[in-house]
Amino acid sequence: MNLLEVKNISKKFQFPGKKEIYVLKNINFNVKEGEIVSILGPSGSGKSTLIRIIAGLIKPDEGIVLYRNKVVTDVNPGVSMVFQNFGLFPWLTVEENVLLGLISKEMSIEEKKEKALKVIDTVGLDGFEKAYPKELSGGMKQRVGVARALVVEPDILIMDEPFSSLDILTAENLKDDLLELWIGNKIPTKAIVLITHNIEEAVYMSDRIIIISKDPGRIVEEIEVNIPHWRDKNSPKFLSLIDRVYTTLTGGEIEKEKEILRASKEILIVPYARVGAITGFVELIADLGGKTDLFKIGTELYINLEDLLPVVEASELIGFTNYKQGDVELTEDGEKFVEADVLKKKEIFREKVLENVFLIKQIVRVLKSKANKRISEDFFLDILERRLTRSEAEKQLDILIDWGRYAELFTYDDETDELILEEETEINLEK
Amino acid sequence: MNKKTFNPIDILSIVLIFSIFYFVFIGSKNYSQVAVQQKGIILSVKYLPLYSFYSILRVFIAFILSFIFAIIYGYLAYSNKTLEIFLIPLLDVLQSIPVLSFLPPVFFFMFSVFNGSRIGLELASIILIFTGQVWNLIFSFYNSLKTTPRELDECAKINRLNFWQRFTLLDLPHASINLIWNSMMSVAGGWFFLMACENFSIIDQSYTITGLGSFLAKASEEGNLNLMLLGLGTLILIIILIDQLIWRPLIAWSSKFKLEEKGEKEIKSIVLDWYQKSNIINFLSKTFVSPFDKMMTKIFSKKKSSSENFTVEVIKKIASYIIFGLIFLLILRGFEGLIKLISSVSLKDWILIFKSGFYTFIRVILAVAIGYMWTIPVGVKIGINPKLSKYAQPIVQILASIPATAIFPIILLFFLKFKGGLNISSIILMALGTQWYLLFNVISGANQIPEDLIEVSKIFDIKGKKWWSILAVPAIFSSLVTGGITAWGGAWNSSIVSEYVNFGGKVYQITGLGSLISSATQSGNTPLLASSTLFMAIIVVLFNRFFWRRMYTLSEEKYHLE
Repeated sequence: MNLLEVKNISKKFQFPGKKEIYVLKNINFNVKEGEIVSILGPSGSGKSTLIRIIAGLIKPDEGIVLYRNKVVTDVNPGVSMVFQNFGLFPWLTVEENVLLGLISKEMSIEEKKEKALKVIDTVGLDGFEKAYPKELSGGMKQRVGVARALVVEPDILIMDEPFSSLDILTAENLKDDLLELWIGNKIPTKAIVLITHNIEEAVYMSDRIIIISKDPGRIVEEIEVNIPHWRDKNSPKFLSLIDRVYTTLTGGEIEKEKEILRASKEILIVPYARVGAITGFVELIADLGGKTDLFKIGTELYINLEDLLPVVEASELIGFTNYKQGDVELTEDGEKFVEADVLKKKEIFREKVLENVFLIKQIVRVLKSKANKRISEDFFLDILERRLTRSEAEKQLDILIDWGRYAELFTYDDETDELILEEETEINLEK
Repeated sequence: MNKKTFNPIDILSIVLIFSIFYFVFIGSKNYSQVAVQQKGIILSVKYLPLYSFYSILRVFIAFILSFIFAIIYGYLAYSNKTLEIFLIPLLDVLQSIPVLSFLPPVFFFMFSVFNGSRIGLELASIILIFTGQVWNLIFSFYNSLKTTPRELDECAKINRLNFWQRFTLLDLPHASINLIWNSMMSVAGGWFFLMACENFSIIDQSYTITGLGSFLAKASEEGNLNLMLLGLGTLILIIILIDQLIWRPLIAWSSKFKLEEKGEKEIKSIVLDWYQKSNIINFLSKTFVSPFDKMMTKIFSKKKSSSENFTVEVIKKIASYIIFGLIFLLILRGFEGLIKLISSVSLKDWILIFKSGFYTFIRVILAVAIGYMWTIPVGVKIGINPKLSKYAQPIVQILASIPATAIFPIILLFFLKFKGGLNISSIILMALGTQWYLLFNVISGANQIPEDLIEVSKIFDIKGKKWWSILAVPAIFSSLVTGGITAWGGAWNSSIVSEYVNFGGKVYQITGLGSLISSATQSGNTPLLASSTLFMAIIVVLFNRFFWRRMYTLSEEKYHLE
């Protein structure tokens, strides 16, 4: 039976002075009784908006959400939520925080207390009833969050990146404890919807993974995980599933960028990666033998996919690496760059950005044409704002200035908010 | 709970409670007597406790009104986007209107409603104090609502907290720390304008409302130094007691409402420990607070069925249209009245207003500059030295809570002998009243200068002028701005009591907007009062928009310490 049906959900956001932008478009999926569903996607894919629509906290612009065949108009009655940053009231004790879940229920205070204590016991917080959240560690705080969500015995438990603000070991521990409650039928919850950007977590926990892309958030693929619990993270089946999810997720992104690149040399947007991150990444690939599995880097170094992706895209755009089906490979220029000394590095970087990054070239050209070799940042912000929001445009220019400074092409004067051409550098634009 | 049924603190509390009962009894019995005996006040030590009691009561009633009003206003501005557009700029303007300018409308309204009886006068005085207390409370509550953490808000929604539950469990606790600090400021503001609120003249008729403020005012009118000192001493004593018995315990208690724990020292209060151990307070909270909470919860959690829901929505909508309509009419009417009033002001008066505005402007700038001049060096010294700040902070706090208006007559006593004496004392009063905002901000700013920056300056031997220009001033820049905004507004407001004084049986005044407002109130020249008030509000608001806001952005962008 379908506990939850999400039908044709779309959500637009209006940025000031700009057209509406879809953050979610035509989202359709169901949640059945007895399954854990993961919603996986990079940041900016609207997954957090999506679950808030399911919970009834945000109204969609198009489409409906059905809970047990009834349209959700207000806060979804079958849902309870665990928050990324725990959402605990610092001025309430553990017990009071859990009781908050029952606040609108009609039962005696004794009954409520009994229920709360039982659930506190279930999540392993026995003895901490009277403690305040600030006395607890992150993992314990999230256990309170889980207890508060479970105390109402919801049909559907929604978890919004519940493990992402915990350290690795604590997160693993909590995941296993949660699975134990679920598999052992120790909680009356009928389905769990888990939001995450961690692929391994999704494959480890859920029965089904819904992958969402960004700009706008659409469902790219639904993948069934047909491995019984408890799953062995090193089994070939587990690993191949991870690879598959990974390729779907990254492949889509990078292929899309490449397409735009090919279609026009005049690509506007540069990925949000600073020079330090790019050089670090290129050197790391060199250390790993010049070619490596991207997912391996992520898991070995505990870097989130969404933090890594812009760096990969940037070094690809500049021409230091090549990405093909999950593997990153150093280019010839990339190798030269790694071996060069500091000054030489700057020189190579300068050549490559002038060759491949349209916006950098454009900025240098404009600056050269000015008699005093300087121009207000607003000039470029206005141009960028035709395609981006104000804050995005600022971030974009920030990155461009970072690259330009490292390449010693131009610099930025904080006093006057102007970009200034570096005079000594001989710049050959025609190359 | 304590096993002992009675502890010493309970005895203390009982004494306190009964003495309050006694005072209320005596007060009500004597009130009419005192009022009848003389149209004013008896300058005798005997009556000082009674007068103090009246004033405390007045300030606290006004404060409670302010608090309730702030909560309602804050919620309205927060929850209704259309109202917000009106209410927030309106607040900016209202805040810049000096207390005395509210006097004529409040006074005449109360006078007519209560038919000129003492009750009306009493209420007028309370409302005047209210107008000096309420604005910063509103800002504080509104800002807290605006900064409610998203997850807590969502958690409250998912668990269906009703309005009362949300208010007591989320909004009020989240706002509490800021509200308590602002309450302290508000009550201090109440003491500051107490003399003006209890003793005022309107259309050449002077009114005295029995209280400590009018005692002080009368004493200074007669130029009696002994009585002035006595009154001042009483006032300081009251302020210290209130600080120790109410504010300190509240601040210590409110530290549990912090959202995140930073490495700050905890403020301790012995009195708080007393309160928490007291059986009486336990008893009171059990018998009154909890049932009240339950009752309110019940009132707000009446289940609405969907059809009711619909009618409720419709009614809400209609009500909001009516309210908007009324507000609109009110604004229209007010605007019309204002135009009429102002157009009746002669050109000569306008020239006077501009001239006065210019003089007061100069005085305000001087006062703020004097404030900066001594608070920056002193505040930084205290702030970067933890040992010194430990001892200096409490002393500074108590000094700051003494209303400068109460010292003012004593200053006058010395300066009025000289030529231009009122000019000097006026600037001194402005500076006295506002320098504390600066000092507090400088100290807390200097407190936050990172240790490594101070070490770097030692290693590279940066000293003297260089040290100030490279390290200290940029590091406390944002505190200088925050303190400056408050000091600047406060200085304008205090111009009404500093440029026009009734001292030793004579009226002294100097050209300035403040004295213009005061004398217009006195003579009942409403057009002049309205236009000079408007002029002051415009200067203050414009300066806030164009000068302080720019400084503020600068401090955010350039001098932001991470």
